[in-house]
Amino acid sequence: MSIHPPAQRVWWKQPIDKIEAAWIGLALIWCLILFAWMPYWHVFGKQNLSTESYKTSTTAFEKKTNDMIAKYTVRKEADGQIPVVAPPAGSNVYLAASKWAWNPILELKKGESYRLHISSLDWQHGFSLQPVNMNLQILPGYETVITLTPTQSGEFGVVCNEFCGIGHHAMLGKIYVKD
Amino acid sequence: MAGNSFRQCPTSGLYFHRSAESLMKAHAVMAVVFFLIGGIFGLLVMLTRMPSVHLLSAETFYMALSIHGTDILIFWIIFFEVAVLYFASSTLLRVRPAMPGLGWLGFLLMLVGSCTTTFSFFRGNSSVMFTSYVPMPAEPIFYLGLILFAVGALVGCFLFLATLVVAKREKTYQGSIPLVTFGALTACIIAVVTIVMGAIILIPTFLWSLGLIPNVDPLVYRTIWWGLGHSSQQINVSAQVSIWYAVAAIVFGAKPMSEKVSRTAFLLYILFLQLASAHHLLVDPGLSTSWKVFNTSYAMYLAVLASMVHGLTVPGSIEVAQRKKGFTNGLFEWLRKAPWDNPVFSGMFLAMIIFGFIGGITGVVMGTEQINLIIHNTIFVPGHFHATVAVGTTLTFMAITYFLIPVLFRRELILPQLAKWQPYIFAGGMVLLILFMLGAGTLGVPRRHWDVSFSDAVLKFKFAGTAITMLGMAGVGGILAAIGGGAYCLIAVGSLVFGKRLDENASLFSSFGFPMSAPAYKVSQPDQLAMSPIESHGSGSHAAPGTFALALVFLVTFVVYFFINAKYLSSLWHMS
Ligand code: HEM
Ligand SMILES: [Cu+2]
Ligand SMILES: [Cu+2]
Repeated sequence: MSIHPPAQRVWWKQPIDKIEAAWIGLALIWCLILFAWMPYWHVFGKQNLSTESYKTSTTAFEKKTNDMIAKYTVRKEADGQIPVVAPPAGSNVYLAASKWAWNPILELKKGESYRLHISSLDWQHGFSLQPVNMNLQILPGYETVITLTPTQSGEFGVVCNEFCGIGHHAMLGKIYVKD
Repeated sequence: MAGNSFRQCPTSGLYFHRSAESLMKAHAVMAVVFFLIGGIFGLLVMLTRMPSVHLLSAETFYMALSIHGTDILIFWIIFFEVAVLYFASSTLLRVRPAMPGLGWLGFLLMLVGSCTTTFSFFRGNSSVMFTSYVPMPAEPIFYLGLILFAVGALVGCFLFLATLVVAKREKTYQGSIPLVTFGALTACIIAVVTIVMGAIILIPTFLWSLGLIPNVDPLVYRTIWWGLGHSSQQINVSAQVSIWYAVAAIVFGAKPMSEKVSRTAFLLYILFLQLASAHHLLVDPGLSTSWKVFNTSYAMYLAVLASMVHGLTVPGSIEVAQRKKGFTNGLFEWLRKAPWDNPVFSGMFLAMIIFGFIGGITGVVMGTEQINLIIHNTIFVPGHFHATVAVGTTLTFMAITYFLIPVLFRRELILPQLAKWQPYIFAGGMVLLILFMLGAGTLGVPRRHWDVSFSDAVLKFKFAGTAITMLGMAGVGGILAAIGGGAYCLIAVGSLVFGKRLDENASLFSSFGFPMSAPAYKVSQPDQLAMSPIESHGSGSHAAPGTFALALVFLVTFVVYFFINAKYLSSLWHMS
């Protein structure tokens, strides 16, 4: 029994049961398929996280964000509190997370690609684009860069899905995508 | 040691050493206390996440969630695991525990540590969740409590190893250690690695909270913290699988189909967990793709393979044992005729099925590098780990409690009818909770979030109506699970206090860790534990076709679910 010493001291020389061998074989094949799927998707899939990311400082990132806002703001929302920025296709776009807002609101074009830079100005935050359901971890001091191509138009929410203190649930941003 | 210090349990035949017995009891009782605290806060969290109830204020909610996660995931489980270590060494090997005095020191450290951290939560300034991601600060006593607790647990681990050495030296058993002890040894080794990781990251963080260190890098923190956070789940898996084997042996007299396969699978847990923390960091910046892919695959899939092996060999060994007893009709007579009204068996079996089918499959799917994009930090994640820890580990511990109350505590179970139903209530509620959390998460609902209607936000966003409905349904399951959890506490504590004494020496004090009075202990040293008799192994008469069929159903479910998620991923905006 499993609560008694095995019948033979040299347990590693015992033969394997047929059923067990078959199952180990099947399970191993499936694990290998799972493993192969990831590189496969890197080559053929359209949703891959780039590994482009930089060490940055919160002040440097804030400055880049503000420079972009100054250049491309098209209007303001929420009683003039939040700028809406419409950067040209292909450009570098900055999104800053801080307690408890996403700054600025972005206005993108469907089918165009943007180099989106995201970082945090204070604690850890979670970039959660909804209802697309695309989720990234955002850390202070690290700048995540992804090349993003919206494939739908409309109004999208940017939820914060990493707990970031008492205002966490009020941290909501927005991305507009125009046809 | 002078005098008689062992007693033999008349029903199970197990030998308990008086000092080890007291340590087991003390740890098990504290485990249940923290289960109760953690469970109450789990219910409050649930009642807040139900949109129609929304019970707590935001501030209290985040505090309650920190308490729920920490007290139940860390304190309940690890207190219980240390008790399991004493059982798997001293009791199963019929040996005196090494240095029981130190054991009490370890217990004390764990007790002081867990109470300190829990106290820091109630002060209100440490609602940082059990992950305490920097640079969000908690009070220094929050980290200090965790460190003390970890040191105490480490003492328990070393005493387990020392006890194995004593057993070997004093030749209390023949041959190799039993499989269950082997599994516990795996858990112990992983625990030591884990606690070292914890020390590497929590000590600097503690110093940072005191202002002695200027800052802790958030990515370094996450990488090392998950070296602790992930590996510690591997402790749970090793401990719970060991108990599955123990239950199969105790209830059915089952022996492993092959010692080689089962033990090698345990070894895989040790070999392939070091950097498996990568699957918590799949959408983090600053880490390379190849690092992520390599560490999730080699490290995780081989551990997954090990779990898939245990998933076959545990029920397989039960099937073999049952078939030998004559339940040979069809594929599943052995399972139908299993003792489903014995909570030791039903709890263990439900835990195993739900752990594998829900916890295992969802865990691997979301641990795939790209698929993590649609899952990271949604409420899908708590859905997944309630299947692994809240059912897999917790229900397994509940099941073995029903065995320990008469055998270790020498008390009859109170409310046996309730005990019979308890695993079904808890598992049923949990399955609802889990499935609806998984569903809401698939629709993007975030975890650790007080208000998904965003009523306090400047901007507006609305989740799909189904997502909100699913949160409400999850609540119904959560309430049912909480009733099941409450029933467990009632039966466990009630039996220790009011249960009929099976031994006149099993006084109230002895229920809570004091040794029974001297006359209970009649044996100075039990006979040497003999090896199991040799039998032919291999297939043929020992086949387990029913288990193999179940395993195939599992594999098909796994493959289908994986590709459904891959399809979902392909509908996302393009990114590279
Ligand atoms: C008594 C029944 C239980 C209920 C109703 C329940 C409910 C919940 C809910 C609703 C969440 C929060 C999800 C969120 O907002 O992020 C949660 C989180 C959690 N639960 Fe449970 N749970 C229960 C039992 C357990 C058990 C037995 C365990 C583990 C042994 C457990 C471990 C956790 C952990 C680790 C978290 C994560 C906390 C965090 O995000 O920091 N729960 N639970
Ligand atoms: Cu945030
Ligand atoms: Cu947040």
